Amino acid sequence: MSIIQVLFFALSAFAIGSAIMVLVSKNPIHSVLWLILVFFAISGHYILLNAQFLAIVNIIVYAGAIMVLFLFVIMLINIKKDSEPQKQFLVKLLGVVAGGSFLTLLVALVKQTAQIQGRTLLMKDGVIGLIHPLGKALFNDYVVPFEISSVLFLSAMVGAVIIGKK
Amino acid sequence: MPIQYYIYLCLALFSIGVIGVLTRRNAIVVFMCIELMLNAVNLLLVAFSKMFHSYALAQNATSTTGIDAQIFVFFIMVVAAAEVSVGLAIIVMMYRNTHSVDINFLNRLKN
Repeated sequence: MSIIQVLFFALSAFAIGSAIMVLVSKNPIHSVLWLILVFFAISGHYILLNAQFLAIVNIIVYAGAIMVLFLFVIMLINIKKDSEPQKQFLVKLLGVVAGGSFLTLLVALVKQTAQIQGRTLLMKDGVIGLIHPLGKALFNDYVVPFEISSVLFLSAMVGAVIIGKK
Repeated sequence: MPIQYYIYLCLALFSIGVIGVLTRRNAIVVFMCIELMLNAVNLLLVAFSKMFHSYALAQNATSTTGIDAQIFVFFIMVVAAAEVSVGLAIIVMMYRNTHSVDINFLNRLKN
């Protein structure tokens, strides 16, 4: 096994294990911390795919900004550790069965699909994940969506302030 | 690396997110599971972009095929940040009204 395969499997196991820990943690703060670890694992995958810009943005935006926002809200509303009412065992079991069936169905579908058989990824080469080509594409072909997303941010900010002040 | 490995990883992460939405009652944890699903889709978009990029590089050495998927991931992150700010504001407002973040309080959408 090459070093890339070792890194891929290690990061995948790390991501899936942390994602499961997000679900089984009783304390929401622990869930947030495990989710930050999932995001770091996904950033590692981006680096493995040579998508360096997205790796850094993922850490800054998700692990840095969004998760800190979650932590702020959890600390603001001061949830007690065991005040969360649990769903009934049957409902939980049905949820796991439904999610597992979904996973099984899609895995079977992927196994059958002919178009992706034998297709491989370019792992650590290629320039499309670097800042220079991404910036050129963003400010040439995607400049209108870029401006619209700034309007979206403004409206989200106004909406959050209005909802929060009520 | 075959594309199937990345598809299976992303399906596993997405399904964990689905199971979380179905089994947890804390609105904040449900919201975090939605973020997990968004990230699984982002990783799959980047994986497919590198798959098509490797295919296009065989024809043309200076091709930038596949860069659109990475721009899409960037915009998904933008939309997710906006969504989180509004969603958390709604959760805080809900906590102020009901003193709970249990999603079963919201199942009738009235009172």
